[in-house]
Amino acid sequence: MGGPEIEQLIGQFARLPGLGPRSARRAVLRLLQQPEARLAPLIRALEAAAKTTRVCGLCGNLDSVDPCSLCRDPRRETGLICVVETVADLWALERAGVHRGRYHVLGGVLSALAGTTPETLNLTPLLSRLSGGEVREIVLALPVTVDGATTAHFLSERLREFGVVITQLSQGVPMGGSLETLDEGTLAAALRTRRAV
Amino acid sequence: MARLTRLQLISFRNFALADWEIAQAPVVVHGRNGAGKTSLLEAISLLVPGRGLRGARLSELARRAGGQASEGWGISGWFDAPGRSFTVSTGIRPDAPRQRCFLIDNEPAAKQTEIADLLSCVWLTPQMEGLFLEPASGRRRFLDRLVATLEPGFARLLASHGQLLAERVRLLRLGMAEPAWLAALEDQLARKSVAIAAMRLDYSLTLNAALAALPAPFPRAHLRLACPLAERLAQAPALSVEAGLREALSAGRAHDRETGTTNAGVNQADIDLLDTEHDRGAAQASTGERKALLVSVMLGQASVLRRHRAAAPLLLLDEPMTHLDAARREALAETLLAYDGQAFLTGTDQDQFRGLGGRCGMIALAG
Repeated sequence: MGGPEIEQLIGQFARLPGLGPRSARRAVLRLLQQPEARLAPLIRALEAAAKTTRVCGLCGNLDSVDPCSLCRDPRRETGLICVVETVADLWALERAGVHRGRYHVLGGVLSALAGTTPETLNLTPLLSRLSGGEVREIVLALPVTVDGATTAHFLSERLREFGVVITQLSQGVPMGGSLETLDEGTLAAALRTRRAV
Repeated sequence: MARLTRLQLISFRNFALADWEIAQAPVVVHGRNGAGKTSLLEAISLLVPGRGLRGARLSELARRAGGQASEGWGISGWFDAPGRSFTVSTGIRPDAPRQRCFLIDNEPAAKQTEIADLLSCVWLTPQMEGLFLEPASGRRRFLDRLVATLEPGFARLLASHGQLLAERVRLLRLGMAEPAWLAALEDQLARKSVAIAAMRLDYSLTLNAALAALPAPFPRAHLRLACPLAERLAQAPALSVEAGLREALSAGRAHDRETGTTNAGVNQADIDLLDTEHDRGAAQASTGERKALLVSVMLGQASVLRRHRAAAPLLLLDEPMTHLDAARREALAETLLAYDGQAFLTGTDQDQFRGLGGRCGMIALAG
């Protein structure tokens, strides 16, 4: 349909999460039809992001400064670290605005089948932060999967020597959710972790 | 109980378009070899979530003509149940070839469990007759499929357990055996193994109670679960069995590295079907006796499901009369005539079904 340059652009878009070939084609078409209003600002934003984005050396977040703005924020509790798998998980928690401590991004979860080992995880900076002695609690906010549970167990063993409290997110009934539509595993977890009211 | 009143197949297996009205039960499907008798039963089994009675992949189900597979296929069943009528459809749309969809009354089902709430199936196929002469893994799969019909979370539990086994063996083989990582896998393996053993044990007790109540002349079948973990569960609290398994896994690392398998846990379990009257296992039984034992188990499973769901499942029996003697054919015919659910039977020869005395529906497949 379009020339090779356009097809290449569509191909690049289609590799992004959440976009398939059709939606990539629609997005590219919109950009090309409005070059001044859409394409040029996108190019400028991409260039700026590529030039300035850094991985935070403390927590693994993405930001234009290192350490990131969350690690620099003096209002955040330094004694509380929430450990997440990905930057996307960190941003999701930040959107909720419920965690007032610091973060740590592991960059994956342990999986022998996928080749993710303790060495490939972003662990060393976390161990350094714990050696400082300021941290009193680690919250494990990892996915509820076999690999997420393995990683949580592994970390709880590995971090035990630091004498910090290790907690993990509870599992159960989602806000606004009705019991009848929940799967049995979630219902069982919710019942297991019930609390007095 | 849901009764199938009409079945329609589009581009499924060897059927381009087929439509049957089903007025009477039981239903005998007969025709020569390759006419599509098993495919018809498979179509009914696919109306319930799962891979159906052949365990086929999605890509194998589309009709092939001139070397080309059809781009989509569909199965629709019309059901009458007390207080309501409904249709269930499943298939592949040409625009989404990798995703099987389910419809209830022509609306997409929000969850597959919605269909499982409406319908259940029990099936017997000739392939099952070889189960007791083959490796134990096939028998475990057979048992687990039965357990999963009663325990909704069981299939997911088995899948996680399988993943943990694969992860542990890979870690051991690659020598990436950081102790805390292995301990994390073994902790989860122990908890999931004990949960699986407990569910298998519960199921075997339930099934054996149902088998003991089956009428003669079906053999007095008894499912024997050979699983050290389940035996320990009968004598000790689950937490202590879990702790014991964790220790065994930890102690067995060197051996498991050598063998490339995990040598403790529910993956070592096996089952046998005993004919209690003759005190003989299925592997030692004759072909006909083994078939009769399997028929007993399927009737027992139907009885368990009927009690559990307060509705009798659809019984899909592929070549059930083959290898049975005249007395057992007669008894099976009587049992199916009295069955309060709906049974579908296949056979090449109508004479096999004489015991039904014409009190059945007939579907003749010409191929």
